[in-house]
Amino acid sequence: MEPASGLRLDHNHKLSLREFPYIVRWRDDRCKRCGQCTAVCPVKAIEATVKVQRYVSSEGASPAPKAERKVIQIVEQVTDMERYCTGCGACTLVCPNEAIEPEFNPQNKFLHYKNKGGEGYKRGGRRNDPSISTLDRLKFTRISMLTDPALDAGRHEFRIRTLLGRILPPEELPLKIENNKLSINKDSAKFIPPVREIYPIMIGSMSIGALSPPMWEGLAMGVSYLNEVEGMPVVMCSGEGGMPPRLLKSKYLKYFIIQIASGYFGWDEIIHALPHMVEDPAAIEIKYGQGAKPGDGGLLMAQKVLNLIASIRGVPQFIDLASPPTHQTKYSIEEAVAKMIQSMSMAWGFRVPVYPKISGSRTARAVLNNLARNPYAAALSIDGEDGGTGAAYNVSMDKMGHPIASNLRECYLDLVKQGKQNELPLIAAGGVGKKGNLAANAAALIMLGASAVSIGKYIMQAAADCFGDEYNRCNLCNTGKCPRGITTQDPKLYRRLDSDKVAERVVETFKAADVELRKIFAPMGRSTELPIGMSDGLSTDDKAMAKRLGINYAC
Amino acid sequence: MCRLAAITSNNFFSPMENILALETMKEGHDGSGLGLTLKGLGGEFKDLTKYPIMSGICSKKGIKALDDYMKKNGFRLKHIWTPKIKPVKGIVPRDYYFARVYDYPSSCKDKSFSEKEGLLMNTRIALRNIGESDESIFVFSFYPDVITIKEVGDPLELGEFFGLDSDGLKAKVIFAQGRQNTNYQIYLYACHPFFIQGYCSMTNGENTAFVPIREFLMSRGFTGYMGYNSDSEVFTHILHYASRQLNFPLIYYKDVITPLKISEMENRKDSGALRLIKQSLRPLCIDGPNMVIGFTPDGTCFMVQDSKKLRPGVVAGVKGKYALMSEECGVDRAVPKRDKSMDIFPMKYDMVIISPGAEEVKVWNQLQG
Repeated sequence: MEPASGLRLDHNHKLSLREFPYIVRWRDDRCKRCGQCTAVCPVKAIEATVKVQRYVSSEGASPAPKAERKVIQIVEQVTDMERYCTGCGACTLVCPNEAIEPEFNPQNKFLHYKNKGGEGYKRGGRRNDPSISTLDRLKFTRISMLTDPALDAGRHEFRIRTLLGRILPPEELPLKIENNKLSINKDSAKFIPPVREIYPIMIGSMSIGALSPPMWEGLAMGVSYLNEVEGMPVVMCSGEGGMPPRLLKSKYLKYFIIQIASGYFGWDEIIHALPHMVEDPAAIEIKYGQGAKPGDGGLLMAQKVLNLIASIRGVPQFIDLASPPTHQTKYSIEEAVAKMIQSMSMAWGFRVPVYPKISGSRTARAVLNNLARNPYAAALSIDGEDGGTGAAYNVSMDKMGHPIASNLRECYLDLVKQGKQNELPLIAAGGVGKKGNLAANAAALIMLGASAVSIGKYIMQAAADCFGDEYNRCNLCNTGKCPRGITTQDPKLYRRLDSDKVAERVVETFKAADVELRKIFAPMGRSTELPIGMSDGLSTDDKAMAKRLGINYAC
Repeated sequence: MCRLAAITSNNFFSPMENILALETMKEGHDGSGLGLTLKGLGGEFKDLTKYPIMSGICSKKGIKALDDYMKKNGFRLKHIWTPKIKPVKGIVPRDYYFARVYDYPSSCKDKSFSEKEGLLMNTRIALRNIGESDESIFVFSFYPDVITIKEVGDPLELGEFFGLDSDGLKAKVIFAQGRQNTNYQIYLYACHPFFIQGYCSMTNGENTAFVPIREFLMSRGFTGYMGYNSDSEVFTHILHYASRQLNFPLIYYKDVITPLKISEMENRKDSGALRLIKQSLRPLCIDGPNMVIGFTPDGTCFMVQDSKKLRPGVVAGVKGKYALMSEECGVDRAVPKRDKSMDIFPMKYDMVIISPGAEEVKVWNQLQG
């Protein structure tokens, strides 16, 4: 409809700022118009503009108002949904006068509009659910008191270690007795699977490509330092996308778990490096699913596929790298998974544990039982719905998946029923440290039956100050415009990140978690072995939760 | 914490010796119970050692059910021992305390001893299941040459109650526990010592790793791994599992319940086997402040403890008679005339092993193997 002549154009077709998830609060009185905020904003949600303002002033003893029009410069938030403020706060960080700050708007209608061009909203990060997770509702209530002395976390010797690899049932150990001593019966044809002693908190799979070079390098340096200097056998998973060839041929490879996923990205380089490897990797992880986006394959957006990434992955530059949702060779779990495990085991002469990773699911027990019958399956990693990702549809992240606590627990109890709880280690992931309680969440999962836990988002936040949270803050990992330089391949952005600092923070984080784990285990009287399945140590204040997890209800 | 008094000797002696030793440690038990296990029986049982003995307590109704069950399954009663009960204030007598000697059913006469052991254990469990809900039947052990007595009360008063001071009941190995009830209800099946197929142990200290250990044992598919009214019962079952089911030599019990660190295994010639044991039996690491005293079917006695046990037990005596106790005052009562400088307080890597007949004491060091 044509506007009536002479009338001002109305703005009813535009969105109001109230629909946006973050509203930028800008203070005219503090702003010195330096322009740093508009320059740093990764999504151009704010821009410098001019406005005409009418000033009314009066001088003299009696009122004599005078109106005056002035042109002023301001910083304004745009109302284009494609340039919505993500709330990252980079503007606040660079502002010299604290003149600008995004504020979360709980009334936003963001998801109603973020589907332009018929394309669903894609993002990085993890489930936008700020509620308290099950893991954070678990407490440790079996405290050793007068009947059983508690230990001193500071002075007592603790062995916080776990096993990664298929463990033989005691009845099947190839042992013989000679002179009242046991020894390994070398005449026995029994296969003794490889088992690694590792730290029970692992760094989960985040690829080179998803992460920027300084971020991945920082994690790798931190992990190597923890092993070589601190004596903490922390391992880290490569994610899908290969590893730098120099690292593959180095002695540090033993601290890394190499992941193979449905796109097989990077595996050409890995296979070619095999004859030159001086150490075996810690393990091989076969990715079948990811907790953040169950049923989806990996996705690396074209804008992140630069020269380095393209060469490591063996693909052309600037194309979307989508891994299929399933392995193309997968016909049935009995056949394909077993074959995959066999093939990977064979590639390293059966010296390396090989295990699958799946997303948390009602069907996890079916996978578990299949693996329990496969003597070459080294573990099962289950990634719960609170796990993170570099790129996925919002609907997958927010609405698909299974919480890790009950999924892990039912799998563990299933193994207990079969007497195989010590044979097939369970690795739990997805939301460990979601609210910052890394050690407490890890210990709770261990007491529910996990042999180890895996972290991703937590270490990005702790080691590199990732902005993301469960209020959809930032979550730009998929765009390659990470304002922290963590998930970008743009040198202008990733030069903000110092890999040495990342490594330092990784070390600090693990050392602190180690102290906190002691502070949990010591009052519970445990120091020698990890309290896997010590469910009597846990309580929750929710009766239904207690019943489901088979733990105490305490209030 | 429970007080433990074990004596092994090459001569028969009365369980009163153990009870008097417990009396010297009285500040450590609160009269919530006494458990006695006797092995290598003398007196009226001396010539009956090849026949299984059922030890327990029944109500009037229970003994009838027990008799019916045993008859139905072909066991023939050969001999009955019952204590001469003396009324003691504070102890409520139950209807019928007994140790009954049976002959095996004729159908299993030609079976191996291992098969007979299975039958005895299953019979004990069946009777427990029949009488546990209404407490009409308690059966503590059913095995050749072993008697078990348990009751709630002060040990010395119970000794008087059962008339053990005048009874001819004697044995060469006797274990006694004075209970200090802690986190579980006072219940006869929660009273140490625990016994299964020739293996016996008693423990002090709370078991922090109880739940995973119980789950592991119960998932072994062995019917005898049940009960667990006390968290300490798992120590006996681990002993049975490692020694009988896995056929490990006794010293490996120490390696199972208190495994070495990988770096500590280097000096052991059997380090390859140790690594596998440590991995495969990881859930059986006791990881708690416990001291375990036990015996095996051949009469070997031992003491072992976790490094977190702040106050070690003591093993001392003379050739032919040794005491394994939680407190030294108990040893002083049991074997007063000895060279005290030779008393052994086992440290975290030690396992003290006394050969059958109390002939020889060895301290086996786990680091050296």
